[in-house]
Amino acid sequence: MWKWINSFAKPEKAYWLCDVLQNWFAAVAITGLIIGIVWGLGYAPSDYQQGDSFRIIYIHVPSAILAMGAYVAMAIAALVGIVWQWRTAFMFMIAIAPVGAVMTFISLFTGSFWGKPMWGTWWIWDARLTSQLILLFLYLGVISLYSAFEDKQQAGKAAGVMAMVGVINIPIIHYSVEWWNTLHQGATITKIGKPSIAPEMLWPLLICILGFAAFIGWVTIIRMKNEIIMRDLHRPWVAKRFGGFEGSANLEGKQ
Amino acid sequence: MVALKSLFYKDVALAYRQRAELMQPLMFFVLVITLFPLAIGPSPETLQRIGGGVIWVAAILSLLLGMERMFRDDFADGSLEQYMLSPTPLYMIVVVKVLTHWLMHIVPLFLISPLLALFLNLTFDMYVALMLTLLLGTPLISFVGAIGVALTVGLHRGGVLLALLLIPIFIPLLIFATSAIESASMLLPYYPQLAIIAALLLFSVALSPMAIAYSLKVSQN
Amino acid sequence: MRVLLAQQVACEKSDRQLFSDINIELHSSQLLYVTGENGAGKTSLLRILVGLSSPSNGAVEVNGYDIHKNIHDGSEHLLYFGHKQGISQLLTATENLKFWCQQHGVDTNDDAIHQILAELGLTGLEDIAIKNLSAGQQRRVSLAKLWLKTDATLWVLDEPFTALDVQLIAELEAKMTLFLKTGGAIIMTSHQQLNIDYPLSRLHLEYSW
Repeated sequence: MWKWINSFAKPEKAYWLCDVLQNWFAAVAITGLIIGIVWGLGYAPSDYQQGDSFRIIYIHVPSAILAMGAYVAMAIAALVGIVWQWRTAFMFMIAIAPVGAVMTFISLFTGSFWGKPMWGTWWIWDARLTSQLILLFLYLGVISLYSAFEDKQQAGKAAGVMAMVGVINIPIIHYSVEWWNTLHQGATITKIGKPSIAPEMLWPLLICILGFAAFIGWVTIIRMKNEIIMRDLHRPWVAKRFGGFEGSANLEGKQ
Repeated sequence: MVALKSLFYKDVALAYRQRAELMQPLMFFVLVITLFPLAIGPSPETLQRIGGGVIWVAAILSLLLGMERMFRDDFADGSLEQYMLSPTPLYMIVVVKVLTHWLMHIVPLFLISPLLALFLNLTFDMYVALMLTLLLGTPLISFVGAIGVALTVGLHRGGVLLALLLIPIFIPLLIFATSAIESASMLLPYYPQLAIIAALLLFSVALSPMAIAYSLKVSQN
Repeated sequence: MRVLLAQQVACEKSDRQLFSDINIELHSSQLLYVTGENGAGKTSLLRILVGLSSPSNGAVEVNGYDIHKNIHDGSEHLLYFGHKQGISQLLTATENLKFWCQQHGVDTNDDAIHQILAELGLTGLEDIAIKNLSAGQQRRVSLAKLWLKTDATLWVLDEPFTALDVQLIAELEAKMTLFLKTGGAIIMTSHQQLNIDYPLSRLHLEYSW
């Protein structure tokens, strides 16, 4: 029943799928981001405690959640690549890795902006920011390991192992950092309470999350298409599709 | 069984013949710890407050330095290939190698830590907590670290990359170990922290041999 | 008895196809001589045949076992000589061979090892660290495994004559002929001319980048 899925292990088929999905992701991303961000930054009601500075959560929260989500997606791709030997799985893994890393950086950056009016400082070692920082290091580790190998299939397997080790460690790191934070709570840390969020604030947040997710998907698809072409440069299907280039075998004229 | 015993003796013999090289991570350990009183000031109260953390950070860094040895020579001279072609499953071979490596590196560390506890003015209770956390935590570092070592063994400048890959993974261990030492300094019980470290250790001993064996195969390509 | 069966083996390195659709069937007493230019993929092919590298396609069966699924059983009667010696520089010749035998299930003792080392011209050098020997002498220590593992049915040799002098090459060729006549099979590559009075089949790999 699942035989058709195996066809996506071939770069040519995966490229076709990317082509099909690209514009849909782009459309959802653009509409979602525009609606969500404009609504959130401009029209949602101010928070009664934090005033208008809380609005940064419309960027901070989606990026933080999706940074974690992208890592999980990366680790799942790694698993598929290692267990089922899909070349395209490793291509997806390295396509999404820098996108996730940038998301993590955005969450740290915006988290810092949120912190300044709230805690009076640009950086604070609270549980969430610290976890995100460690997540960024995990991303950078996977990316560095991949780039250290010349044979990219080998690189994919090695970075894949690291991605899976990382994903197993993420919950452990998360809880240990949270626990560490409760141990060392200084007097100046304001309790970032978790009151139930008003619906007028919730909807733009959800739309932003959707928009960001689609944006990640869009950028990853574009990167994946590049990766597929780069890796398969010498295969006949690439020459046939793009009209050939210096040094390839039989080409049949430009498309 | 004969094969595994022979592997143990072989690795011990090799370690003994490279004992000068084995001293280096140990010297590094001592030197790094010495830096802290020099950098922060010798006030005994400050040193005691940061002591547990300093020793643990230094231990992690020093073990990372020494970890490269685990598979480097066997990979370079082809012994690893011969292990893979022997009747013993690779994951068993890996367990013996990691344990042997741990013993060779950790025993000197243990022997020297009373001195370092003295340097940083740790109380006796803190010292006991330190020893227990090192006993449970360093095998964890060896087993999980071996995965990173196996992945980077074929690379030319693998050393710093190894540290970049592994340090984030060791952060939970660092948090629990230093928290145990801090609890000890306040004469509070620290069984929960030890239990968590032990759980992490068991978890990694169960899963890492397979991961290490696979990583060695990937490096062989 | 069929010793090795390779079906449609293909190899990719750095996203380029090195070779594809290689089929080999090797029986006892057969010698397969793999030739080709540097970089054509001879070493990669041999490593795939013994299970050290993964092929991008195809399967290899050695002595009845799928070597990539079960390398430890499949390599029980296999001897592999690659570019790396497989011996530790800091150990002596005797120690190296003793450890190797223990790991590969070969029953032996110090006297037998010394005798074989003597046959290979290493008398007096058995108990010094390998790193103090010349490249040729180290090669001979490594080759002693051929004399030690007497239950091997397949030898896979990647340029076995490297760094050997004329006399030792002749000795090795004689050993190989004896092995073949008593039922062993050999797959090998070499840059030198092979002077063996024995029928062989050739597999030539073309450099196709």
